[in-house]
Amino acid sequence: MFDALILILDSTVRLSTPLLLACLAGLYSERSGVVDIGLEGKMLGAAFGAGAVGYVTGNAWLGLLAGIAVAIALALVHGFASITNRGNQIVSGVAINFLAAGLTALLGQTWFRQGGRTPPLPQGGRFGDITLPYAEQARDIPVVGEIYYELLSGHNILVYVAFLAVPVTWWILFRTRFGLRLRAVGENPAAVDTAGISVVWLRYRAVIACGILTGIAGSYLSIAQSSGFIKDMTAGKGFIALAALIFAKWRPANAMFACLLFGFLDAVAIRLQGQKIPGIGEVPVQFFQALPYILTVILLAGFIGKAIPPKASGIPYLKERT
Amino acid sequence: MSDTPAIELRNINKSFGPVHANRDIDLVVKKGSIHGIVGENGAGKSTLMSILYGFYQADKGDVLVDGRKAHIGDSKTAISLGIGMVHQHFMLVDNFTVLENVILGAEGGPLLAGGVSKARQELKRLEDDYGLKVGVDELIEDLPVGLQQRVEILKALFRGAEILILDEPTGVLTPAEADHLFRILQVLKDEGKTVLLITHKLREIMAVTDTVSVMRRGEMVATRKTSETSMAELAELMVGRSVLLRVDKKPAHPKETVLDVSHLTVTDSRGVQVVKDVSFNVRAGEIVGIAGVSGNGQSELLETLAGIRKATSGKVTIEGATIDLAETHVDPAMMRDWNLGHVPEDRHRMGLVTGFAEYENAILGYHNDPTYSKGFLLDIPKIRDAAREEIEKYDIRPPDCLLKTANFSGGNQQKIVLAREMERDPTVLLVGQPTRGVDIGAIEFIHKRLIEMRDAGKGVLLVSVELDEIRGLADRVLVMFDGKIVGERSPETDESELGLLMAGAHGENA
Repeated sequence: MFDALILILDSTVRLSTPLLLACLAGLYSERSGVVDIGLEGKMLGAAFGAGAVGYVTGNAWLGLLAGIAVAIALALVHGFASITNRGNQIVSGVAINFLAAGLTALLGQTWFRQGGRTPPLPQGGRFGDITLPYAEQARDIPVVGEIYYELLSGHNILVYVAFLAVPVTWWILFRTRFGLRLRAVGENPAAVDTAGISVVWLRYRAVIACGILTGIAGSYLSIAQSSGFIKDMTAGKGFIALAALIFAKWRPANAMFACLLFGFLDAVAIRLQGQKIPGIGEVPVQFFQALPYILTVILLAGFIGKAIPPKASGIPYLKERT
Repeated sequence: MSDTPAIELRNINKSFGPVHANRDIDLVVKKGSIHGIVGENGAGKSTLMSILYGFYQADKGDVLVDGRKAHIGDSKTAISLGIGMVHQHFMLVDNFTVLENVILGAEGGPLLAGGVSKARQELKRLEDDYGLKVGVDELIEDLPVGLQQRVEILKALFRGAEILILDEPTGVLTPAEADHLFRILQVLKDEGKTVLLITHKLREIMAVTDTVSVMRRGEMVATRKTSETSMAELAELMVGRSVLLRVDKKPAHPKETVLDVSHLTVTDSRGVQVVKDVSFNVRAGEIVGIAGVSGNGQSELLETLAGIRKATSGKVTIEGATIDLAETHVDPAMMRDWNLGHVPEDRHRMGLVTGFAEYENAILGYHNDPTYSKGFLLDIPKIRDAAREEIEKYDIRPPDCLLKTANFSGGNQQKIVLAREMERDPTVLLVGQPTRGVDIGAIEFIHKRLIEMRDAGKGVLLVSVELDEIRGLADRVLVMFDGKIVGERSPETDESELGLLMAGAHGENA
C-alpha cells in the first residue's frame, strides 16, 4: 500500500511539473493584466521546437533554448496584439492555440515526414534523471529514505526547476520592485502610468516571463518526459494550468498545490485505468480527467471562497479618452 | 520668493477627435501661491492639467517649468520636474498598502527591502510636517476617501513635488474633510510649494486661493486676484452670462396626495436597518425635498420606492392604489407602469449604459413600449426621431443621438436621463442628486425643469445632499438621519437649524 502510494506520488510530481510551469507562466501574465488563454499553444510550440532541435543537435540544452525561443516568439505575438494594439486578449490567445496546433503538425510533417511527430531523440537530446546525493545509500531507510529515493530523487532537472520556480516567483512578486509594479499594473494600470512607469514595457516583460516558463513547460513534455514531439502532445495541459491558476487565486504557493492536486488526479486516473475499485466497479478514466475542470467550476461558483482575478486583467490599457 | 513663475503655459492646444478641449491656453502660475482654475464640467481643466502632468501630449504650445522650456512626454518627466498630481479619480491600487502605493515608481532600488525602511522614515516625517496622518500599513480599500486622498498627496510629496496639482479634490469629501484639506494646502503653501487647485466650486476658490483663472469651453477667459473678484463675477465668467444662483419659483399649489409612504423599513444586504419606519407623502404640484448627510438612508429609500430594492415592511400608495412592498413582488418596470419616474442618484451605474448611443439610452427601461416597436423589432428611425426631439427640447449638447453617452459631459448625461424620465409624463418623479457633478449652466436648466414639472401638477420627491439645492427647490423639507425622518421644516428654515437636524442633534420633538 505504501509502495503504491509512493509510486502514485512519484508520478504526481512528474505530471504536475508541466502544469506548474505553465501555471506560473500564466501567473506572471495575468498578474500584469494580460489574460493568457494561449498557454496551451505556447507549450505546444515549445514542445515542437525543443523536440526538433533536440533531435537535430542531440543536445537537450539547445533543445530547451529552442523551446523557450519559440514560446517567447508566440508570447510576443500575443503581446503585440493585446498590449500594443489593445486587441481582445481571448481572441489573440485562441488564435495562438490554433496557430501552434496547425503549424507544429505541418512543419513536423514537412521536415521529418513521420505523421507530424519528430523522430526519437538521440543520446543527449533528452534530459536524464538526476540522482540526488546519498539517494542510493538512503533508499534502505524505511519511510524517510524511501520517500527521499523514490519521490525526491530521480527526476530530471526541469522538475526541480519547476518546483524551485515557486519560491522564486513568490520572491519576485512580493520582494522586488518589478514584482510590486507587476502586481500594480494588473490592478490599476493608470496608477502605474501616473507614477511614471511605462505600462506597455512592464506588461511586455510579464508576457516574456510567461514565454520563458511556457517554453520550459513545453520542452519538458518533448525532451524530458518523453523522447520526441508528438502531434497535440499538450492535450489540454495549458487549459488545466489556467484552471489551476484560478483555483490558486493567482498565488504562487497555491499554484503549486493546485497543480499537485491536478497532477495527482491524473496519476490516479492512469493507475486505476482498467482496474476495478471494490464496491464501485470500474471508474472511467474520463471522470478523473474531468475532475480538475469540475473542481474549478465548483470554485468559480463560489463554493470554496471567492477567486478574484487581478482587477485590470483582460482590459487593454487606454490612456487617451475616446 | 523669486519672480520666475513656477509654471508658464504658452498657447497650449489639444484636440480629441472633433472636440477642441484646449484652445490657445496661456497661464502663469506664481511660485509659492495657491492658484485656482475654475470652469464648468467639460471646460478643459482636467485636460490642461493632464498635459502638464505628461498624461496627454499637447498638439501645440509650450510648457515652461521654473522658466525653462520643458517637454513633458510622460508622467516620469513631470515627476522629475517636481510636478505632482492628485487626480480626480484616485490613482491608487486598492489591494496595496499605503506604503506600497507611495513607493510605487519610486522604490529606491530593484529590491524592496532597503527602499521600504527608508520610505517609512520619510513618510513619518511628511506625516508630521504636514499633518497628513495615515496608517502606512493600512490597505487602501479599507480607508475612507478622505484618507485615500491624503495618500495621493503623500505620494506626490514623497517624490519631491514642488508643484502640486489637485483635480476636483473636494468632490468626494465631506465638508470637514474638505476643511482639513484646505489647511493642508495652506501648510504646503507656507512651505513654499505651489498649488494648482482645479474645481468648479466657487466657494472653495474664494476660501483658499490667491489667484484664480477661469476656463470656458476650452479657453482661458480670465485671470483674477482672488481678493479682487467675487463669486458672482467668477460664475458669470464661467458660463459667459449671468446666472441665477438662486432658483426662481412661484409658491406651490399642492393638491391631492399622489404618493403616500407608510411605515417603510428597509434592511440592507448586511442585515442592517437602513430605513426605519419612514412615513410621508408627496402631493401633486409640490416638490418634497429629503435632506441629509449622505449615507443616512436616503439612497436606500429612493431605490426602494423605485422598485430596485426590497423593503422589509411598509406600504406605498400611488394614485390611490396601495401596494404592500414587503408582500408584493415589485420591480422597476412595475413602478414605471404605475407612472413613477426615477432619475437615479448615480447616472453612470444606474441611469445610463455609457457604451450605448444616446438614442438607445433615451428609451432605456421603456424599450418595451409598443410605440417603439414594429412587430418584433425596434422601430429605430422612430426612436431616433424621438431622441432628436428630446435633444432639442433639453438642449443636450452635442446634438447627436448616435454618439455614445460616455462622450457627453456630466451635465448633458444628466439631461439625457432627465429627458427620458420626464417625457414619459410621470405622476410622481423620484429624483436623486440631480446636479451632482453637473456644471452651473446645466444645474440652472435642470432646476427650471423640475419646477416646471411641479407647476404642471406632478409630485416630485427630491433627494440631494446639497442643502442649497434642497432649500432652493423644495416646498417642504424632510430631514433624514440614521434611517429615520427626524423632522419636517419649511425651506426657509435657517441653514444652521437644518444642519443640526442633519447631524442628528435633535429629534422629532425639537
